[in-house]
Amino acid sequence: MKEKDSVWRRLSKLTERVMNALFFLCGMTAIVFVLLITLYLAAAGIPAIREIGLIDFLFGPEWKSTAAAPSFGILPLILTSVYGTAGAVLLGVPAGVLCAVYLAKFAHRRAARFLRSLVDLLAGVPSVVYGLLGIIVLVPFIADVFRLASGASLLCAMLVLTVMILPSIISISETALRAVPQEYEEASLALGATYPETVFKVTLPAAKSGVAAGIVLGVGRAIGEAMAVMMVAGNIPNMPGLFKSVSFLTTVIAQEMSYSGGLQRQALFSIALVLFVFIMAINFLLHAVLKKGEKR
Amino acid sequence: MKKILSFICVLALCGAVFAGCSAADAGSSAVQSSSPAGDSPSAADGSSAVTLSGIVATGGSTSMEKVIGALGEAFATQNPDVQVTYDPTGSGAGITAAQNGTADIGLSSRALKEEEAAGLTGTVVALDGIAIIVHPDNPVSDLSMEQLKQIADGSVTNWKDVGGGDAEIVLIGREAGSGTRDGFESILDVKDACQYAQTQNATGGVIATVASNTGAIGYASLSAVGDSVKTLSVDGVTPTEATVKDGSYQVQRPFLFVTNSTAALSPQAQAFLAFAQSPEAAEIISAAGAVYPG
Repeated sequence: MKEKDSVWRRLSKLTERVMNALFFLCGMTAIVFVLLITLYLAAAGIPAIREIGLIDFLFGPEWKSTAAAPSFGILPLILTSVYGTAGAVLLGVPAGVLCAVYLAKFAHRRAARFLRSLVDLLAGVPSVVYGLLGIIVLVPFIADVFRLASGASLLCAMLVLTVMILPSIISISETALRAVPQEYEEASLALGATYPETVFKVTLPAAKSGVAAGIVLGVGRAIGEAMAVMMVAGNIPNMPGLFKSVSFLTTVIAQEMSYSGGLQRQALFSIALVLFVFIMAINFLLHAVLKKGEKR
Repeated sequence: MKKILSFICVLALCGAVFAGCSAADAGSSAVQSSSPAGDSPSAADGSSAVTLSGIVATGGSTSMEKVIGALGEAFATQNPDVQVTYDPTGSGAGITAAQNGTADIGLSSRALKEEEAAGLTGTVVALDGIAIIVHPDNPVSDLSMEQLKQIADGSVTNWKDVGGGDAEIVLIGREAGSGTRDGFESILDVKDACQYAQTQNATGGVIATVASNTGAIGYASLSAVGDSVKTLSVDGVTPTEATVKDGSYQVQRPFLFVTNSTAALSPQAQAFLAFAQSPEAAEIISAAGAVYPG
């Protein structure tokens, strides 16, 4: 009996070791991919920046990649990406957070369940579908309302991005609101505050870091989105204006990569590098926000 | 007991994973092996005596990607040992490649210039008609080449100047590097001077945008245009397969196979050239969005 036991123990130890190695490998693949992508982007993106000059590249006001005398300045693209994302956040955050408050605190249980499944559905809609609806419905609508010759504009892109970032803001904010300990609310109510006062002055501030995480994730999605934006933004690398046809960092890469060659192709990798730096910054911000939340 | 159970479970899971792998492998390999087997009779029909093998190296015009891709694929199914390669470098580079022998067949989406024509043979394998499209409600139904050029370079910005209503002209184009854009701009001689209001990166995008904007004008491959937009005639000629073929519709360009007339072509390249001109290729070429010239 004893002998059998020790054999069994040895066997189970072996399994443990094998499985350990397996899980370690799985964990490493993700890290290796991130490292490879970072290295490749840096290697592919830096030569063009060197050739064009960092200042001329980042702050050049003109992107004319296929002209006879090409110029590779991505300032209009950077500004457009920043403005577009800021616009989406400005519109999407109030709507998203209030929606989350309603779902978590005010809605009837059955209504909340129904609405939540709709929000999940919204998150699952492929971006190209948003783009298509944008072309067919939103662009003519904007042109009509503002009496423009062409409706494809930064405003359109902002609206599409707003809808696209709503699901992540709503679902993460809602989770955060639900996680606030009930004692907080009970204490507030016991002190004589009304229910809405309690929700907005106690629960919402207590869920602050979760809501912030949702917003940062939304920003990440907005700045990285290409397909839907490409279909409604007009894709002319103008300096951003609300009613102007514009190009984003992402859309220029998506549009030009398939035909590009030489310095143009390298410059597109440089844009990808800039975009990557943006996304990294947003991720660090997210971690900082979450850490701060934990500390409290 | 629990341990034994879990161990068995893990084993079973591993087994299931690998079983899944092998099953999938078997499935895909079966598909792979079946397709050459299925096609071999037709290959035997196509080249009854000689079996061709080797590579046909083509390269050049980016606009011809679809046509060359479709032709190459069809040719390779008939001759399984032949591989048609394509290097998208642009018409100029394609002609140079035919000249110095780096490609068997150079691809050019424009006619050869006089100084290039020496020592080279250009064979027109397809014609590319570019339709000028507007919103169905637009009263304009014909533009001259001159008017088109003025609209493209921004010297005319209102429809009333070309016989339409009082509305701003919205020029919808394709992205930089697109073959259709290159064709439109080079035919009208407005390269780098086009004043676009929007660019879309697919023919469908251009058509959808034009269909939803009453002031819009755009261009698209003739074969792709449907009923959602109105196709303009240019200098009084309606674009159809026939008017593109006889050359009366002017917004068109040839797709050339450029070969070196001083050096002998490899047998497989010769066969491919013949295949591209055969009636068999007509359907493939029109499916790829171009017009068969024969």
